[in-house]
Amino acid sequence: MEWQEVLKRLLQNKISLLGILIILFFIVVAVLAPWIAPPQDPDEPYLIPRGGWSIEPQPPSEEHIFGTTEGQYDIFYGIVWGTRTAFRIGLVVVGISSTLGIIIGTVAAYYGGLIDEIIMRITDVFMSIPFIIATIVLVTILGQGITNVMIALITFSWMSTARLMRSQVLSVKEDEFVQAALALGANDFRIIFRHIILNTIFPVVIQASMRMGSMVITASTLSFLGVGAPEGYADWGQMISFARNWILGVEGDPLHYWYTLVIPGIAITLFCLSWNLIGDAFRDILDPKLN
Amino acid sequence: MISYIIRRLFILPVILFGVSLLIFSMIMMLGPYQRLSTYITDPAQLKGVDDVEQLIAKYGLDDPWYEQYGRWISGVAQGDFGWSESAGAPVTTAIANRFPATIELALLSLIPVIFGGIILGVISAVHHNKLIDHIIRIFAVIGWSFPSFVFGLLVLMIFYGVLGWLPPGRLSNWATEIVRSAEFANYTGMYILDGLLNFNFAVVLDAIRHMIAPVITISILWWAFILRITRSNMLETLKKDYIRTARAKGLADNIVVYKHAVRNALIPVVTVAGQMILGLAGGLVIVESIFNIRGLGQFMATSAQQLDYPGVLGGALYFGLLLILINLFVDVSYAVIDPRIRLE
Repeated sequence: MEWQEVLKRLLQNKISLLGILIILFFIVVAVLAPWIAPPQDPDEPYLIPRGGWSIEPQPPSEEHIFGTTEGQYDIFYGIVWGTRTAFRIGLVVVGISSTLGIIIGTVAAYYGGLIDEIIMRITDVFMSIPFIIATIVLVTILGQGITNVMIALITFSWMSTARLMRSQVLSVKEDEFVQAALALGANDFRIIFRHIILNTIFPVVIQASMRMGSMVITASTLSFLGVGAPEGYADWGQMISFARNWILGVEGDPLHYWYTLVIPGIAITLFCLSWNLIGDAFRDILDPKLN
Repeated sequence: MISYIIRRLFILPVILFGVSLLIFSMIMMLGPYQRLSTYITDPAQLKGVDDVEQLIAKYGLDDPWYEQYGRWISGVAQGDFGWSESAGAPVTTAIANRFPATIELALLSLIPVIFGGIILGVISAVHHNKLIDHIIRIFAVIGWSFPSFVFGLLVLMIFYGVLGWLPPGRLSNWATEIVRSAEFANYTGMYILDGLLNFNFAVVLDAIRHMIAPVITISILWWAFILRITRSNMLETLKKDYIRTARAKGLADNIVVYKHAVRNALIPVVTVAGQMILGLAGGLVIVESIFNIRGLGQFMATSAQQLDYPGVLGGALYFGLLLILINLFVDVSYAVIDPRIRLE
């Protein structure tokens, strides 16, 4: 199926259209962040401004329209700039880890034999520690910070792309057009790029779009557990970790601090939902079993 | 089949060696001083030493990496992962103490996760493109998008904060007292099982009550995963010739679906069990932290927060080894059950 056809069907499908609209909304928020929530210090826009020094969260007011969370960090500001953080993590991590996976998987399948065996065993090793646990370990060792979180996520997320790419390449490797290029004396590099990768890339792109949500979830999980973003950094996971001490509310009003959890929770869930809606529609369009 | 199992067993040491190298290379990213903590099994060893350089020399922390790896792996083989600052105990002891809680939660989750997911997937496929199919699928995609920590905190907020039904922790205070008392024999450390063995059903009920919220939090995510695979396989199976034959010969719809289709559709579902077990193990870190369950996952999280390197590394190595063995067991049992899997 051609990609124009897929795109057309994605836009016709109500569910994936909804996903695309939510993502567009988040893109607008991320692009316009400096105007929607002007930073106090233009050099450090990702630091959430504090409205005071008391610990107790304050409900939405005119000054802080979503209220403030623990430590008086402004929730609205954190959400708006957190959108940028989410896109940055998603795009960088998915982009680099997919590229790595494509290269590794292609090399394994194209050369085969011992190289394939070694690469696949290394892949098995990286896959045998649960993803979240492996990233926790690496971030703990590298130290807190968004860059280190991204390094850890990339280190432990290239394997599924590599496996997918390997099986794709194996299936086209023996095709006539590749054999013809070989017979014409094209070098490996040209064959791999011109003839193999371009013909096998599509499922990898789909997989990448579906991983955007899960990478952002894992990055926020690290922040939530206290090993990701440094304190005060605009990150949805950290906004939720601020809420942790306040979810039981006060005596007689258990929902007193609802905004500290619900507002960042909606932001992160909607973000992941939109990518998954698109991914789900993609899968339905391309799953030969369902046609 | 024998050759498949032998091949799997043959790869096992390669993978174990690879995982140990992976963990060790992360240790080597630390400086010699930080690495020292992964070698000390008791803070008493540090007493009377005022020269850290001396200790670094003693443990050979400046030696070539392969010599250090040899020493480290022989220590690990004897169950020596170093001293955990966050637990205030050797890592091995800390892990052993927390193991029963994690196993209890994991085993309790497996049943609702697997059966819930399969049932929803079958219903969805049988009513393909009808209203109920759409509802289930929307439910699934929302469940898949909900980060566990957000969902878990919401559950805690509503079912504990507002309603007071499902408290965090493993037991209520009164039950903890019973469990710690001399009359109560702790056979396994899993309170539900121990309660049954002690014929103390009040403790059993209390332990179950504390497990409901964490189990739901884990299930929500994995239902979506299993449902999706079951549904896709069911749809494919329902189009097969033998299903048409079964319908043509006049069998009741229920029998066709549940006796002929479901059984065959479930075989591919078991092949993703390995992936699911890995994901479940990762999810335990979040769920145990939120619901304050003193298990391996919570140990990993607190060790990471307190930069307790031996704790984090030991925990990861332990998780890795355990999961490799579970996956091996799972794979081999499938090969025994389904001849088609062996041939891959």
